[in-house]
Amino acid sequence: MSVASLAAVEVDYPGRGKALGPFDLSVEEGEIVALVGPSGCGKSTALRLLAGLEQPTRGTVTRTPGRGETSVVFQSPNLMPWASAQANAALPLELDGVAKTEARRQAADALARVGLSGAAAAKPAQLSGGMAMRVSLARALVTQPRLLLLDEPFAALDEITRRDLAADIHTLWTETRPAVIFVTHNVEEAVYMASRVVVMSASPGRTFSVVRTDPALPRPPHFRTTLEFRSAAETISRDLALSMGCAA
Amino acid sequence: MNRAIIDVAAPLVLIAVLVAGWEAACRIMAIPGYFLPPPSEIARAAVAGAPVLFESAWNTLFMALKALVVASVLACGVALVVALNQTLEKAVQPLAVALQVTPVIAIAPQVVIWAGLDHPERAIVTLAVIVAFFPIFSGALTGLKATDPDLERLFDLYGATRWQRLWRLRIPSSVPFVLEGHKVAGGLAVIGAVVAEFVAGSGGAQGLAWRILESSNRLQTARTFAAVIVLAIMGALLHAALRHAERAILKRLRGR
Ligand SMILES: Nc1ncnc2c1ncn2[C@@H]1O[C@H](COP(=O)(O)OP(=O)(O)O)[C@@H](O)[C@H]1O
Ligand SMILES: [Mg+2]
Repeated sequence: MSVASLAAVEVDYPGRGKALGPFDLSVEEGEIVALVGPSGCGKSTALRLLAGLEQPTRGTVTRTPGRGETSVVFQSPNLMPWASAQANAALPLELDGVAKTEARRQAADALARVGLSGAAAAKPAQLSGGMAMRVSLARALVTQPRLLLLDEPFAALDEITRRDLAADIHTLWTETRPAVIFVTHNVEEAVYMASRVVVMSASPGRTFSVVRTDPALPRPPHFRTTLEFRSAAETISRDLALSMGCAA
Repeated sequence: MNRAIIDVAAPLVLIAVLVAGWEAACRIMAIPGYFLPPPSEIARAAVAGAPVLFESAWNTLFMALKALVVASVLACGVALVVALNQTLEKAVQPLAVALQVTPVIAIAPQVVIWAGLDHPERAIVTLAVIVAFFPIFSGALTGLKATDPDLERLFDLYGATRWQRLWRLRIPSSVPFVLEGHKVAGGLAVIGAVVAEFVAGSGGAQGLAWRILESSNRLQTARTFAAVIVLAIMGALLHAALRHAERAILKRLRGR
């Protein structure tokens, strides 16, 4: 069953013209889809449509209606600098009217799930980039979303941290199996994270190609060294190069 | 040598050199004391007048602090109301600017009359409030509007109400700006109080400005200098205290 979808959506920005589309995307329950494409092709715009933060100029958006059923993790952690990790993670519940003690308890659970139970009282400035991103992830998970939108969540992290986080996201995903849409610049990351990779063309973004990878999620150990991984990555890299060419 | 020691020592050495040069110049050229007293004479005047000077300094400081508290409450309150309503903001902004650019000395005589000639302290506090209001008001207003757009989007995503946005996002975001405003306002409140004391004159206001007027009218120049120096030190201490408070609050807020 589809959790959310975009059907022939187009987005025009005043003074800029068309930024996205026509673009179709549908994500099934429990599926992880990666979105790759040249910078500025409309990946973030597509996520904003799915999150309900923006309306399409044309086309239809179908999304899960409930509060907290869709969560977003942005490129930067976007934490409130004055609030502790726990208070940050509790925010979605508190905004929804959940009593403070209950919200804080659930936030502590979410922090424990992302491996940060020791840092509940820490303020964002006291956390490393990777830890701050984990708090952001805990905040997204605290509402137990059916759809998790990740907009280049690792872009600002170093290689080791991003690999750790990628593996941990898979582990977390097995617990509740939300549908995930994962935006990235990084081809190998897309192949590792998602069972379906959508390559977008240069702005205004459309679907250029779709690449599927087989082994079940979470990935087997050493997946990154398999032939399957390499060949998927090469196909996507080639498509990405072609997709940039076709706009020029 | 340690950098920190140099940073502290350098200005002290400069002051020592200037004071020594001043002392020497006064003695060598035999400058009359009413025209320019040597530092040693100023020091003697300061020591002799210490109890009176301290009491006067305390009076001025106390009125400036009272004004700072009143200005803080007023400015934050008005900023909060104005931030909630764009039309109101547009309406208030020019008035606030007009109040800010009008020299306090120009309105002081009238305020002294309104406050009643028997109550110079009311006029002094009022005028200090007027000058301290603007930096806090504009700091608070800027801060209330300077929220991180990404956090705004997050609040959109989770369906925050207007009030939740105000209490949980806009007010906390404004704190650094409000603190900065208080730091500026503290210095201005002292200036406002001193200016008002000058205008209120001999009406019974026993602040530092009155000591300056009194001693300068009597050509007790060393005493005048001593009062001015006490005033400068008081202003510097107030500024340092506010800066310290600002840092401590921000550190507590951000955890570092
Ligand atoms: N609010 C906006 N107003 C005008 N143009 C925008 C706005 N948001 C994004 N754009 C433009 O739309 C295009 C797509 O943006 P975005 O979705 O952020 O791309 P991506 O995430 O793929 O890098 C970009 O060219 C960007 O400049
Ligand atoms: Mg983007």
